[in-house]
Amino acid sequence: MNAPAPSLAVPENDAPRGTRFTVPGMRCAGCIAKIERELPKVDGVIAARVNFSAKRVAVEHDASVDEEALAKALQELGFEAQAVSDNPLGLETAERKQLMRALGVAGFGMMNVMLLSVSIWSGAEGATRELFHWLSALIALPVIAYSGRPFFASAWMALKYRRTNMDVPISIGVLLATALSVYETVTGGAHAYFESAVMLLFFLLAGRALDAEMRTRTRAGIGALLGRMGKSASVIDPQGSTRRVAANALEPGMLVQVAAGETLAADGEVESGISTIDNAMLTGESTPEAITEGSIVHAGAINLGDPFRMRLTRTADDTALAEISRLMDEAGQSRSHYVRIADRASRAYAPVVHTLALLAFAGWMIAGAGWYQSLVIAIAVLIITCPCAMGLAVPTAQVVASGALLKRGLLVKDGSALERLAEVDVAMFDKTGTLTLGEPRANVSDLDDTQRSVALALAQVSRHPLSQGLAKALRFDGVEPARLENATEQGGRGVFGLWNGKSVALERPDDDPGILATRLRIGDEIATITFNDLLRADVHETIDGLQSFGIKSSIISGDGVRSVEAVSRQLRIPANAEVSPQGKLAILEKLRADGHKPLMIGDGLNDGPALAAAHASIAPGTASDASQQAADAVFVGEKLMPVALAVRVARRTMAVVRQNFGFAIVYNVLAIPLALFGYVTPLIAAIAMSLSSLVVVANSLRLARSAKEPHQ
Amino acid sequence: MTGLAFLIPIALFMGLAGLAAFLWSMRSGQYDDMDGAAHRILIDDEEEDA
Repeated sequence: MNAPAPSLAVPENDAPRGTRFTVPGMRCAGCIAKIERELPKVDGVIAARVNFSAKRVAVEHDASVDEEALAKALQELGFEAQAVSDNPLGLETAERKQLMRALGVAGFGMMNVMLLSVSIWSGAEGATRELFHWLSALIALPVIAYSGRPFFASAWMALKYRRTNMDVPISIGVLLATALSVYETVTGGAHAYFESAVMLLFFLLAGRALDAEMRTRTRAGIGALLGRMGKSASVIDPQGSTRRVAANALEPGMLVQVAAGETLAADGEVESGISTIDNAMLTGESTPEAITEGSIVHAGAINLGDPFRMRLTRTADDTALAEISRLMDEAGQSRSHYVRIADRASRAYAPVVHTLALLAFAGWMIAGAGWYQSLVIAIAVLIITCPCAMGLAVPTAQVVASGALLKRGLLVKDGSALERLAEVDVAMFDKTGTLTLGEPRANVSDLDDTQRSVALALAQVSRHPLSQGLAKALRFDGVEPARLENATEQGGRGVFGLWNGKSVALERPDDDPGILATRLRIGDEIATITFNDLLRADVHETIDGLQSFGIKSSIISGDGVRSVEAVSRQLRIPANAEVSPQGKLAILEKLRADGHKPLMIGDGLNDGPALAAAHASIAPGTASDASQQAADAVFVGEKLMPVALAVRVARRTMAVVRQNFGFAIVYNVLAIPLALFGYVTPLIAAIAMSLSSLVVVANSLRLARSAKEPHQ
Repeated sequence: MTGLAFLIPIALFMGLAGLAAFLWSMRSGQYDDMDGAAHRILIDDEEEDA
């Protein structure tokens, strides 16, 4: 996964190199813009791309710059960076754990300081009040120093290089409140804001921890994909002896012996042998694929049957699997340009608040209130407007909504996915495995009762997927199996037996009928049983549902024109057939260029790049691992309805998020005048802060029922 | 007022004990696999026949 993309890079003598950095400090879209705009200005750097969800930067540069110089350049932009190779997985979990610890400490501090503050508010005076202030300071100062670190560190990094981010106003507010409270404590004053400072940190940390929790819940990274490729292979020398060769040392033209149960390490062509392989990794289809001489096989497939020999055609980074994972990795980066709604809101919010505080200070100075009082009022404005409810507005709504969707069989990976799902305006469906169930169902309506019972008896003997599909369909119709003698399965030919003295068989048809079929023979009587990959039962409702949200659906499939057109006509939606993974990517790019926000629903690895590139994407639970990783959401079960449900709940979530912002604004409109005119005491600040947070959390909890209501 | 001399240390001690318990539970990895824990409760690990 760390390899540069040779096929896509410019093939100059001085070939550009790719280096990746993890940048844990990226928190907003501004950071992305900053890195992508500023980094290429460094000599030797060709391009920089940020993958925000993975907190990564991929830098394309020529040989004159090394890792250290790039890390230093990033440092100068205000971001701590580490080259990926020396930063194993788990950094994000470490960051989440640090957030949780900080949250625990802040919670402890908040409870204890509040205990003391309540006594002060209830009328403690004189020596008692002073003692309580000192005790509060004793608890609050270490707590703020520890729990505030995530905010202070990020703000400091930004300020050091004369930049700003959301953590700067938060840090200023907390630090000013603390400083004022310490001053009050030392001078024996009446008002200390320790509880406000700690409470603020607690609420903001809660929002940030919820967001981090959602983000890391299902992330595994594309690295896992290449991990599924075989690590080595048994190469047969011209002399006939075999030796194990590591996957990256394999070369095209080598002859390889594949044992039963082995995972292929490279692409190739079968030279000799007959077997079945599990291609689920690439196609997502659980049906084993029969292979024989001349079949093309791909890395990542598992040999289920007998050993066979293959001649390698493409190895290491050239395999279809490596190519697709590279496409997915790059396609996924475009998504990181998406600006989360909380960032959009806070970008407008922070300047307003700071201007107000500054104006309050200036105003009271002009009015002749003196340094001390003017400063206290300005700080009160900062404390009361600190984006406490705003920090909770988005994560609470998204966590509740994703919990509700989880109960309906849809796993949403992160909050940004919900935001993007709410915005989609066109839906692209893959056919096999997505619109259809992806497993063959037998068409048994043409058979008479005798044929049915004989067919069931034969099908029961075999473990072949077609036989099992047939047996399932017949049993569903309540057929009783006939009594057979000597029923045996002959690998690759069919199932044979005796019934009432006649020889019966379920066998491979002589001529290829063009679709999946098996031939039932009873004596001389012959019947052909065809298999269809049925559409999911609620495809029509789902497409109608999407239509009612103003989302037009279409099919984009790698399958043949005829089979795609049949489905297209049945569903009355347009279709593109025989589209390659790159083709799917190109269609999505074109839609985006036209200003659309496409939703991609697909299952195969060939859909992987498209899933990663779409504005939002959903994969069925039967999809290949790679596709499930690339998708924003995964649904389980035979129904397609969760797709429409996801869009509906996502839109409702956004509505609730906007209401929450509305509450936060109303609260500020009420609270700011109080602060401006100096009426805010620590008690009022604490009540306002908790009330606004409670309202936001309560409003978000309404989403718990959003996925349950019947669909109108 | 003398009551405060006992009550405040007790309150602080209890708060600290809670915090210590939380930090310990985090360090020992009890929150690492929340979903797994939710499912694990359904696993029947008793193999013996009833």
